[in-house]
Amino acid sequence: MSIYSGYEAVIGLEVHIQLKTKTKAFCGCSTEFGREPNSQVCPVCLGFPGALPVLNRLALEYAVKVALALNCKIQEFTKFDRKNYFYPDLPKNYQISQFDLPLSKDGFLDIYLQGKAKRIGIRRVHLEEDAGKLIHKEDFSLVDFNRAGIPLLEIVSEPQINSPQEAYEYLSTLKSIVQYLDVSDCDMEKGSLRCDANISVREAGAEGLGTKTEVKNMNSFKSVKEALGFEIERQIELLKQDKKIIQETRLWDAEKLETFSMRTKEESKDYRYFPEPDLPPFIISKDKIESIRMTIPELPYQKIQRFMNEYGLSEYDAKVIVFSSKDDAIYAEECMKRLDSSDKKPLVNFLIGPMMSEANNRNCGISGLGIPAEEVVSLVQHVQRQDISYLTAKSVLKEVIDTSQSPTKIIKDKNLIQISDSNALTKLVDEVIKENPKSVQDYLSGKSNAIMFLVGQVMKKSNGKANPKIVQEIIKGRLSNA
Amino acid sequence: MELHNLTASELIEKLSLKQITPDEILFSLDKQIKRLESKIKAYVRLDGNKISTLPTISHLEGTSLKGIPVSVKDNICTDGYLTECCSKILSGFKPPYDATVIKKLKEAGARILEPKTNMDEFAFGSSTENSCFGPTYNPWDLGRVVGGSSGGSAAAVAADEAILALGSDTGGSIRQPASFCGVVGLKPTYGRVSRYGLIAFASSLDQIGPITKDVKDCALLMNTISGYDPCDSTSVDIEVPDFTKALIPDVKGIKIGIPNEYFVEGLDPQVKNVIEEAINKLKDLGAMCEQVSLPHTEYAVAVYYIIATAEASSNLARFDGVQYGYRSKSKISKKIESSSLIEMYKQTRAEGFGSEAKRRIILGTFVLSHGYYEAYYLRALKVRTLIKNDFDNVFRECDCIITPTSPTTAFKIGERIDDPLKMYLSDIYTISANLAGIPAISIPCGFDKYGLPVGLQILAKPFDEEMLFRVAYAYEQSTPWHKMKPKIIFEQ
Repeated sequence: MSIYSGYEAVIGLEVHIQLKTKTKAFCGCSTEFGREPNSQVCPVCLGFPGALPVLNRLALEYAVKVALALNCKIQEFTKFDRKNYFYPDLPKNYQISQFDLPLSKDGFLDIYLQGKAKRIGIRRVHLEEDAGKLIHKEDFSLVDFNRAGIPLLEIVSEPQINSPQEAYEYLSTLKSIVQYLDVSDCDMEKGSLRCDANISVREAGAEGLGTKTEVKNMNSFKSVKEALGFEIERQIELLKQDKKIIQETRLWDAEKLETFSMRTKEESKDYRYFPEPDLPPFIISKDKIESIRMTIPELPYQKIQRFMNEYGLSEYDAKVIVFSSKDDAIYAEECMKRLDSSDKKPLVNFLIGPMMSEANNRNCGISGLGIPAEEVVSLVQHVQRQDISYLTAKSVLKEVIDTSQSPTKIIKDKNLIQISDSNALTKLVDEVIKENPKSVQDYLSGKSNAIMFLVGQVMKKSNGKANPKIVQEIIKGRLSNA
Repeated sequence: MELHNLTASELIEKLSLKQITPDEILFSLDKQIKRLESKIKAYVRLDGNKISTLPTISHLEGTSLKGIPVSVKDNICTDGYLTECCSKILSGFKPPYDATVIKKLKEAGARILEPKTNMDEFAFGSSTENSCFGPTYNPWDLGRVVGGSSGGSAAAVAADEAILALGSDTGGSIRQPASFCGVVGLKPTYGRVSRYGLIAFASSLDQIGPITKDVKDCALLMNTISGYDPCDSTSVDIEVPDFTKALIPDVKGIKIGIPNEYFVEGLDPQVKNVIEEAINKLKDLGAMCEQVSLPHTEYAVAVYYIIATAEASSNLARFDGVQYGYRSKSKISKKIESSSLIEMYKQTRAEGFGSEAKRRIILGTFVLSHGYYEAYYLRALKVRTLIKNDFDNVFRECDCIITPTSPTTAFKIGERIDDPLKMYLSDIYTISANLAGIPAISIPCGFDKYGLPVGLQILAKPFDEEMLFRVAYAYEQSTPWHKMKPKIIFEQ
């Protein structure tokens, strides 16, 4: 059933991913991000006359790796083509790309959404070179060619995505796969992952496709979701009013939260593709493909399913852990394995709650915090045994990170063990009742909230070590006897 | 005889014996250039001063070229020195790097002349009339063209204004001017010589090659410039023999194919006679000549002008006024809009390119366009394969093929400049070697009744330049043609 009453959306995504090879696709220049403009250039990537491209073999291997992970068929015989168009960020005024014999095609990507799996077809994955970057000033423009020639992977999906949420899920899964393969940073803000979308709508159940628009300039996954949502609604609205949808390129305005037409008149694009004569066609041997296949680790989709099955994780928790990073997923699994209990929920909550938030503050993943798995488990076990409160556990976590001491030692040294002994607590409760007659009155006259104040006072007296649950029960007991 | 009248191998011998110094050669060459350049105009950007050379290695001891001067076509990049393809659009362009052949020449102890040799703009032409610097004049008859596009190099060698020269050959641009000027010119097998630093015309056809006074010099220069280059993915990693070892004056038992299709209408009867005499001479020397057929020859020119222009249209797209070379000075609105960008592109290219360059860019853009690609470019690629197969078939039976280099001798300046089709046909015999990727050499083999040189073309299997050298050397050593020089050389 479509989420849009009477209509359905058809979306195809075109994703570009910068491969993190040390050098560019066709020359030896560094690919490092954020360096001084035009400091990482040479005659080849500047498109100087007479300079010739030489393929970076590692870029090709990375490309094959991604294609294999996306279940694509690798074409043994492949070649590069020139895509001709004039633009100042394109030093040769053609881009070395792949046209009719891409290195791979016909793959798929499985996404997992609200308990259901969905398979999205991958039409093709091919290798090309990135363009430079234009910086527009008031009455002139500057070009930075550091980016020109960085290997770029183009991943084109079939138009089998039917909602912004699916698109979001597709991108998250894709990004995660590529990160698991360790071939790209996939950082949308740095431009190492870019996404364009083709969108059309049609009456629910209709056969053919509606007129599509292409939406560009979406700079985050959130933008993609918002832009797709906007564009689908816009198209449906037009259809409802019996108006025509114009085939055009539209840009997403992240401030106004709307798409707008990029061109006033529609230019028909003719890239005049032809085989790149400077690079002979090449053959990727079956052996090579197999040896690359061997290096592919367990991928996110499989991991999510396994975590749900083996450790009883919820879909949400499994995704958070798995999509975080490969290292984080491995780390989380190590923690889960070490926890005796079959109920992993408290541990997982601790991992994706306080630990992830500490990791975020430090710009790393949970695996990067440097805490041995057994100590995380021991910390969580302390909470489960009610030795310490959840609140205390959070501050112990901080200390563990800062001092690299074991949680057990910190709890012991700082004497953080909760007071759960009712005799000791009863003594404190009695003191508090005596000192706060007004609150006692309030509670007795029906203001049940007043008990929280009293609990707070006991916590204070105990330097935060009293077990609040037990304290509350004791107060209730004392006051009902009064 | 003065030093500039000698061949490179003769000079190297004198240098080895310390009878002369490299400076003396340069001095002699400088004198000759000063004497003749106003009439020949083989070089461009020559400014009256003493000829300067590019920085050379200091230790010439043990190098193969020992300080011999080499003249280079204006489309081969030299680090820090003007390389303009004789086009206004590249005016002022100083490449930040050396072409691989230049690197190799420097390492071999060559002295590369700073002024480069004249050419048709971007190598588009067969007469060197399409140069933004004006034409070069044929030393054998100053009213005639030198051929092209490497006309400056050929004329310089013919007029003893150069000892050794480099040209580039996409459809005959080394061989046809060599033929028109009575010198030796070789187009190597595609992939034999690195194209890195050669400003591309048609990448799948271009090769750099030598233009020299005799076959031995040609072999010497090939020894220096050949070889696999990791910077050129189309260069081939195959062993380079010592080509001078192939200079054996013996063709006994060598099987030579004479293709019927090259001796048909359009071939000047005088040229035909001279070529037939040359064939008879080779027979006398013991070669076995037989008629062969290259049935797809008639399509070569059509196929060439589709493939070459298609690649050229893309290769020349980078000349847009953004990074280097010429940018239109006409007023372009200052607003950052796409319209002002397109304006800059249009005006720069309209003013920067000559008419033949524009013709080829338009043609190439057309054949690659949507809806025409299959009918033209793709079809041309298929016919190219057929042409290559023709040669493969003949080379199963023959060691080499002999044809005229060009259907006529040098034509008059201005005669064909307004008739592109007629101009294109002067490459009719040379184009096939580029399409098939095979090596071919043109050597002098006589004169027509006007005293204009005729060139004999020899073609061989891929990477069998040795066969070319052997046959060419045997023929040359038994004929006087290579020793004949235009009168202008000795006129005071």
